[in-house]
Order: sequence, then structure tokens, then C-alpha cells
Amino acid sequence: MNRHTMLAAAAVASIAVATAAQARDQIRIVGSSTVFPFSTAVAEQFGKSTRFKTPVVESTGSGGGLKLFCAGIGVQHPDVTNASRRIKKSEVDRCTRNGVKAITEVKIGYDGIVLANSRKAGPTRITLKQLYLALAKSVPADDRGETLKDNPYRMWSDIDPSLPGRKIEVLGPPPTSGTRDAFVELAMEGGCKQFPAIKAMKKTDKKRYKAICHGIREDGAFVEAGENDVLIIQKLVANPKAFGIFGFSFLDSNADRIQGTVVNGVAPEFETISSGDYPVSRSMYFYVKQAHVGVIPGIKDYVAEFTAERAWGPEGYLVDKGLIPLSDEDRKKTMKAAMSGAKLSM
Amino acid sequence: MTDAAHVPGGGPHDPALKRPTLDERRLRRRYAAERRFKAYGVAAIAIAMVALVWLLFSIVAQGYQAFVHTHIKLDVFFDAELLHPSGRNTPESLAGANYGAVYKKALRDRFGDVKKRRDRRSLYALLSQGAEDDLRDMVLADPSIVDTGQAVWLTASDHVDMLVKGKIERDRPERERPIKDRQLAWIDALMADDRVETRFNTRFFSSGASREPELAGVWGAIMGSIFTMMVTLLLSFPVGVGAAVYLEEFAPRNRWTDLIEVNINNLAAVPSIVFGLLGLAVILNFFGVPRSAPLAGGMVLALMTLPTIIIATRAALKAVPPSIREAALGIGASKLQVITHHVLPLALPGILTGTIIGMAQALGETAPLLMIGMVAFIVDIPTDPLSPATVLPVQIYLWSDMPERSFVEKTSAAIMILLAFLVVMNAVAIYLRRRFERRW
Repeated sequence: MNRHTMLAAAAVASIAVATAAQARDQIRIVGSSTVFPFSTAVAEQFGKSTRFKTPVVESTGSGGGLKLFCAGIGVQHPDVTNASRRIKKSEVDRCTRNGVKAITEVKIGYDGIVLANSRKAGPTRITLKQLYLALAKSVPADDRGETLKDNPYRMWSDIDPSLPGRKIEVLGPPPTSGTRDAFVELAMEGGCKQFPAIKAMKKTDKKRYKAICHGIREDGAFVEAGENDVLIIQKLVANPKAFGIFGFSFLDSNADRIQGTVVNGVAPEFETISSGDYPVSRSMYFYVKQAHVGVIPGIKDYVAEFTAERAWGPEGYLVDKGLIPLSDEDRKKTMKAAMSGAKLSM
Repeated sequence: MTDAAHVPGGGPHDPALKRPTLDERRLRRRYAAERRFKAYGVAAIAIAMVALVWLLFSIVAQGYQAFVHTHIKLDVFFDAELLHPSGRNTPESLAGANYGAVYKKALRDRFGDVKKRRDRRSLYALLSQGAEDDLRDMVLADPSIVDTGQAVWLTASDHVDMLVKGKIERDRPERERPIKDRQLAWIDALMADDRVETRFNTRFFSSGASREPELAGVWGAIMGSIFTMMVTLLLSFPVGVGAAVYLEEFAPRNRWTDLIEVNINNLAAVPSIVFGLLGLAVILNFFGVPRSAPLAGGMVLALMTLPTIIIATRAALKAVPPSIREAALGIGASKLQVITHHVLPLALPGILTGTIIGMAQALGETAPLLMIGMVAFIVDIPTDPLSPATVLPVQIYLWSDMPERSFVEKTSAAIMILLAFLVVMNAVAIYLRRRFERRW
């Protein structure tokens, strides 16, 4: 009996040691679920067209990805992380503390966030201010935003007669999602700071400003529909009265069933997001751990594949997947910086 | 209820009082109550059946078309010039040759009027990148077809596939559908020629994950599931049965064993995500097992399956009558002999049933795998328990969140495959029980 337990313990220990010592010959990528569809497409092409193994891509969310990425240097830590927002100062500090000093930032393109509804209902035009009034937890009681009240609006037409006379019902992502962060920052805050008194508050009381501008109502008009955008689209098709919030690529692949709402007079289209006219769009990035380049085979070639014209160019395969590319000049500049391994500076 | 009022002349000692009243109204009420009770049962079963049928119907209706894929027949000329301009004809050069150029030329030959770069792109988009693989496989299987012309069925792109399967509406305005007017005209011309056909989708069963819906398959996930289940079984079966045998046959009854028993029963009810967190902390960070490896997944799922196996095994051991043990002891068998020669073989059907049901549960689990990196995009088919892998339910979850429309049917098809695995496993459990179970 005793001998057997010792044998078993030895077996477990040897497995653990063997795996810890095993070198990795495969790139590991983590990060944003928004960048996931693009990152996987590049990984697959890379695996097909080079002698390297296909990288493993995990969808952990931007924050989760950066946490793993900054955990340290070594084969058990990922080499690349995707993010649908820029890395934060606190995350860079965390990285530095754990020895991850040289990081290269690569901006890959833009993603628009759309407010969409079923084609069975008519198209809608809305301004950021109206959107804020429809979805905020508390709204200004006067034109300047000196005083606040709980959001009283039940119907879209309560806010402005030009909006549809339907109940406000918006399906959107939960607070853990990067899409929600971006929507709150770009759309809600964009509408919120049009009230002069609130805008002035940004300088005097930043905390309160954030609470007012970023607070989404919880009385049932905004429904947290989970991270699954496909599900939101199915719900929109079933319920033409509702609106949904998700990334542009999902609108693009389902354009026969749903339509994007015109925001501030600009429709969410490829051209308008690319030019920056569409107000609710964000940049997407990936970050490379320079300490792993040359140790884990193929990282440089992966970056080269991502930044090749046939991938992220205006006619590249990523565009077919819904990526909105950078301008010609920005692409050239970013590619050069990425390939030379330029260090991130905040 | 007292019916004393209905019984004429009944005293407290009258034996007639004890007899049930056979009053017709009361009888009718009793029968009605019984009928209602039966009806509730029937209604409950009906609701469950309707829910099940509805679920299965919606999955099958959405997914059955994923088992076929649209192919387009083209007259392809395997031009040696295009395949390998250097002129050498070795197997290596054939494997790395430019098959894209071959099918693109075939498309241009079929529709000669396409000159502009943009139009050419949309023409090439009729076929999938998989068309290259189709051609490569053909040439590698039979190199003599180089420099000959052949009529070949090639894999169509996912948009064409959706159109042929009727999931893209033709009468939408052009900018609202992924297939443009020009492409529609080309497809109609091909259809008129009988060159468009849906064929069995072998790729779906032979390839790993892919970003192109038409190239995506479940084989990688199935292999991942097999490796994970192997590890789970190898760890949880011996440990679970060992623990159960000790607790049932050897352990003294005291406060400690009671405590262990309570804990095992509680463990069976712990949410599976908790095991994932444990796996991250212990198996990945402490033992250093690589992320995404089936070894790590199997270890986590083994922890989750252990209580199920222990409880089932103990129940099976309890069901073996004490007379067997006593008889064996009586003719001089040792305690070990009693267990290994008599009790365990008799309890085995019950143990196996419990194990299979525990494994089936583990097969459908995703939450604990989230934490240890098995929710990932992995193209290469895993070859051993240490290579990165994902499992079937995770593949379903990942596909359900892809923007491309074709992934909807792939998702449902993968669900069907997972359900098939579960049904087979449960059928095996039932068979084992029927075949080997002994009644006392």
C-alpha cells in the first residue's frame, strides 16, 4: 500500500516536472473578444502559410488578457494580447513590476459600435444627447444640467417628438464587456457632456461626473443581454420594437435583417467609421511581449502577417471579416514600428 | 371527513361506522380526484415531452443543413506552368504549389468577361479557400493529372452556400445582402448548367476550428474531448472506486468518516466553475501543467466527477447482500479476497453505470474549462494530452458567438454531435445495467 502511494505521488510529480520544463513552440494569444475574430483569422492564415504551428487564441476580454499578459515572462505566460481599448497606465505599471518591460503596441484598425433594430421597423435617427437621455440612470432636470432627476422617459417620443412613439427597450452588453465600456465612454459621455453644467463638473468633481455620465438606467429599459451578440440579433429580429448595441461586424454580416441607427446624422457604414465621422467608434490594438520574440518561434512572423497589406489592407481578408482599416499612411507607420519592435511609451 | 350524518342510526360502537360509506356522490368525488391526479401526471409528462421535442426540433431544423455543403463544378486545367513555374515535379513542390491560381483561372475561363480587379475579386469569392485544398488533395493522390483537364467539384464559399440553402433572400436590395447582383447572375448561370450541388460535408467531420465557416469542423474538438475524458477516467475511476471501497468496507463508523461522507455529498453539489478556479490555482500555477492542455482539463473534470463516482460506487457496494460477504468469509476468504473476488465483481455494473453517467456530465461541461484556457481558438488537431485542445461544448459556445451567418447552422450541428455522444454513453450505461445486473 505504502509503496503504491509513493509510486503514484512520484508519477504525479514527474508529470508536473515534465510539463513545466517543456518548451513551447506555439504562440499564445489572449485578450479582447472584439479582436478575437480578426486575431483568429490571422492566426489561421499564419498557420497555413508558414512552417510555424497555428497560434492558440483565447478570448478573455481586454482586461483579462492584459492581466495574464502582464503576469510575467516565461513559457507559461502569453506572448501577445489583444485589446479593444488602449493599455492603461496602471496595467503598464503592473507589467513593469512583473518584469515585462518592453511591450510593442500595434493599432490594427477601428470598430464601430452600432445601435441597431430590425428591418421590420422603420429606420431611426438619433443624436448622442437623445441617446444619453434615453439610457442614463439620472438625467438633467433643466437645459444646462444644474440639477438632476431620475430618468422619467418611458417612450422614445417623450424625449423628442421626432423619435418613434415606442417604449424604450435597448439590449446591450453587460458591464464586463469592452463593448459596454466603449459605448458608455463614447456614446453616453458624448451626449452627457453637451450639458454645460455637467461638462464643467468634469474639472471640479470628476467622480460625480463619471457617475452621472456613465450610469445606465436599471429600471428595465436597458436590458443586459449577455456577451453573445448573435443572441442579441436574434432577439431583435423577434422583437422589432427593441434596439440592440453591438459591434459593427455583426451589423455587417446581418444587414438583411437589421439596420443601423443614424447617430448625429451619420450612418454606421464602413466609410464613415473609417473616416472617423461616425461618433461611436474605437480603436483596436494588440500588444507584443518583446522578451518572448526570438524565444517563442514565429512571433515576428505573426506580426508581419497581421500587418501585411493582404491582411489588414483595404482589400485584405480582415476587411472581409469586418475590420475597418487604418489610413494608408497610418498602416505604413504602424507596420514599421511594429516590425522594428518599438517600445510602448505612455 | 366525517360522514356520520349520512349513516342512519350509527352509534360509537356500531361496526357499520367503520365501513367506508358507499354513498354514490362521495365515490364519484373520489374517482374524480384520482382522475385529476392522473391527469396532472400526464400533463407534466406532456409538458416535458413538448419542451424536449421543441428543443430537438429547433436544433435539428437549424442544423441539419450543416452536414451538406454547396459545391461548384468547374472545368479545371491542371496547368504545370501555373502549379510550379520552376518545372520540377517532386511531391514537395506539388504540395506547396499555387492551387489558387488554378481555380481562379478556371473561373475566369468560365466567365470570360471579367476584367476589372474588383469584379475579379467578387468572382473568386464564389469559391472558398478550401477549393485550393480540394485541388491539392486531387493532385497529391494522383500526380498524373497534371497538365490534363478535369471537371472538378470545388467547395463554394459560405455566402454562396447560404444562398443555395435559401438562408439569404434574393429579393433584398443589393446592399443588404452579402451576395451582390453580379455574383447572383454567375451563380444562376452555373445553376442553369447543373454545376451547383450540395454534397456531404466531409470537412465538418475531419478538420479543426477555422474562421471560415465552410472549413470549420468538429474533429479537433472531438479529439480534445476524447483526450480530456481519457485523463478524467484514468484519474477519477481508480480514485473514486478506491475511496468508495474503503469507506464502505473498511472504514470505522465515527465522527471523521461521517464528516468525510457529508463533505463528499456536498462536493457533488459544488458549482463546476469553482473546480475551474481550483484548477487554475493548483494544476496550472502550482503543478505547472500547460494552459489549454487536455491533461489540465481532465484533472479538473476528474475532481468534478469524483463525488458522483464515489456515491454511485457506494450505493452499488451496499446493494451486494451481506450473505455473500458472510459466505465468503465463512469458507475462509480474507477480507481482501471477499472484496476483490466477490463484492466488486457483483457491484461492477452499478459502478460502471455511475461512472459513465459522471463522464457524460463531464463531457458536457464548459465552465471549469474557461479558467484553464481551453476556451480558445485552436486549429491544429490535438495529438496528445499535452497539446492545446478544446472540447465539444466549448466549440459550440465559441461558434455561437461568431458573426458569420453560416456558424449558426454549424453550432446546431455540433450540438447534435454532442447529443449523439451523450445518448451513446447513456445507452452503454443502460446496456451494462441490463446485461450484468443481478437481482437478489
